[in-house]
Amino acid sequence: MPSILITGVGGQGTLLASRVIGNAAIREGYDVKVSEVHGMSQRGGSVETFVRFSKGKVQSPIIDEGGADILLAFEILEACRSLGVLRRGGELIANTQEISPMPVISGQAKYPEGLVESLEAMDIKLRTVDALSLAIEAGSPKAVNVVLIGLLSKSLDFDLETWRLAISESAPARFLEANLKAFELARAAG
Amino acid sequence: MKLLLGNEAVALGAYEAGAKVASAYPGTPSTEITESLARFDKDKIYVEWAPNEKVALEVCIGASMAGARAICSMKHVGLNVAADPLFTASYIGVSGGLVICVADDQGMHSSQNEQDSRHYAKASKTLMLEPSDSAECRDFVKLAFELGEKFDTPVLLRLSTRVSHSRSLVEEGVREEKEIKTYVKNPGKHVMMPGMARLRHVLVEERTKSLIGYAEEAEINRVERNGSSIGIISSGIAYCYAKEALGDQASYLKLGMVWPLPEKLIRDFAASVEKCYVIEELDPVIETHAKSLGLDVIGKELFSPLGEYTSNAIKKAILGDSGVDKASGELPALPARPPVMCAGCPHRAVFYALKSIPGLVVCGDIGCYTLGTLPPLAMMDSCVCMGASIGMALGMEKALGKEQAKKTVAVLGDSTFLHSGITGLIDIVYNKGAATVIILDNSITGMTGHQDNPATGFTIRKEPTRQLDLEKLCHAIGIDNVAIADPFDSKNFLKVVKESLGSSDPSVIIAQRPCALLKTAITSDRYYASEECIKCGICLRIACPAITKSDSGKPVIDKNQCSGCGFCANLCPAKAIKLV
Repeated sequence: MPSILITGVGGQGTLLASRVIGNAAIREGYDVKVSEVHGMSQRGGSVETFVRFSKGKVQSPIIDEGGADILLAFEILEACRSLGVLRRGGELIANTQEISPMPVISGQAKYPEGLVESLEAMDIKLRTVDALSLAIEAGSPKAVNVVLIGLLSKSLDFDLETWRLAISESAPARFLEANLKAFELARAAG
Repeated sequence: MKLLLGNEAVALGAYEAGAKVASAYPGTPSTEITESLARFDKDKIYVEWAPNEKVALEVCIGASMAGARAICSMKHVGLNVAADPLFTASYIGVSGGLVICVADDQGMHSSQNEQDSRHYAKASKTLMLEPSDSAECRDFVKLAFELGEKFDTPVLLRLSTRVSHSRSLVEEGVREEKEIKTYVKNPGKHVMMPGMARLRHVLVEERTKSLIGYAEEAEINRVERNGSSIGIISSGIAYCYAKEALGDQASYLKLGMVWPLPEKLIRDFAASVEKCYVIEELDPVIETHAKSLGLDVIGKELFSPLGEYTSNAIKKAILGDSGVDKASGELPALPARPPVMCAGCPHRAVFYALKSIPGLVVCGDIGCYTLGTLPPLAMMDSCVCMGASIGMALGMEKALGKEQAKKTVAVLGDSTFLHSGITGLIDIVYNKGAATVIILDNSITGMTGHQDNPATGFTIRKEPTRQLDLEKLCHAIGIDNVAIADPFDSKNFLKVVKESLGSSDPSVIIAQRPCALLKTAITSDRYYASEECIKCGICLRIACPAITKSDSGKPVIDKNQCSGCGFCANLCPAKAIKLV
């Protein structure tokens, strides 16, 4: 039963990503549970959403420590923060984009250096991508989430058409072109 | 089959059950129930945002008395506000079914406490169902209407963050139109004055006995048999965690009806297993009941009354090993990422102005602006419940003397003010207080995700309606000093605040500036820090997520995060922040 943890900063589009993946998993005939985060936690804070699917029944919508097969991280600091949810040997797909949290902005802390190098030394499968650049190349900085889905699509055995349909159905129509381009660019890159 | 949020499934179930009236005040994690109901045909179901949960429930009690099925939704603390009508609605019972959805927030993802709403079902002597996933949300709402009409009681549907905000597969059905029952004047049932209420109380006690009888046989209280060594009694989301943790290694008594609780069913189940555990988040409601029956069950001895459970923790507590094998390695210290006010948020400017007044006490309230508590603004002194800021500011003044009013402000949002702040303001006028109240009028209910309210001039279905005039309302209450000021006009705003604080009469400042996320507030303007920067650091102190300090000490404005509000540019003494 694949369990995917999506982590990022509130406002980055993690919710939409979880819906696209959930939608795609249903199309592939799985039972699915997706757990979302709404409210206070969405305001620029750390956000985790979960997607779990199985040919049998999915019980818990939540992924515990060590329970994620794939960690899809929208921001590199958040990738590190959520790392303990990934199982040993699991796959981390990480956007290398750095978004400063308030303690860094207000000068109380420094944004840590060398995070990618630390991750490279661990017992995980690591794939990194500059998703913001690819999203901008695709036509919208908001397409970061679809870039990451593009990378994820290479780790899951879903039909390509399934992904395209899930993206078209879950995302606003006016971003469709940029989103589909972001998906293709991500697949070519990663 | 559709992948629906628990809340969307509740709405679907209510719609299919023929509900005719829905009323609610938004509150995470319950908000999407009513938002989803408003997507159904307005000729089939009337849906509204009420000013608060008490009014919402009263609207639904009225609709039920009129003979229609009605559904009312709120978060756990909303039920505190609606508790008054709930307790007496229990005596009145229903004509059309009345379902009250209450969403608890274990773990306090978006709340000020984590109270357990099951106590309300017990205290009000009503019936409570608790679904575990979206399919059950739909089915249980339908059942709730039927049971309520059968047993003549309002029915509570207990949800939680993880049920409300998780998506799982739901089968869609068709709406069954329910004929509205003929309204019959019946003071003995509908007028709860002592003579009538005493008689109704007898019926309430009898009803509880019948409900316990139903609970013994109810299909939604089901036993799943997997051997006799471990037995688990559970409900709601905790059942999902238990099932994830233990799978076929345990037998389960899954309670879909969590109040009143069956006796024989629980007794028989506990007797059928060697060790019986009760797994319930928050308070030991089922456990206390089982122990009162003299049963040897294990509950809070092993499981915490705090926060959310995990399947790992359940596995470890019962099987002795959680079997966790997680990724690990050396990482540098990671700075925390608390939630922040958005770039362009007008609340930031209000707190920035207040920060320049030494010794000021800010009685705060419930909304996005509660984030004004966090550094570097760090300008909120209290947060208790909806509308509390105003009464608390008056209380400080009465405790410390009139001079305190010159050093105290109450800060609350427009929607929060209309929810529960008006009565506090009346108290200030009536009892000769001098407090300053700042209403953050951002033209929307922000924190819960942009719901309309009486001050926006639109209904939940975006139909124009009479717009409440905050200024006139404050005047009518008896506040003579009402000022409307734009917080982004920082010099003037601060001047208005100082004048209000200096006055010996009570004052209201309506800080008017739309939420930065509203379509009407979105601009394509973007700012950058030019070479003229003198590195004074002022723009770094406003806690804008778009502005960071570079190694040279100069600010850098991230154009992807900048909202173009221009607040930093207005503050810059060197006029170094410029439009791109």
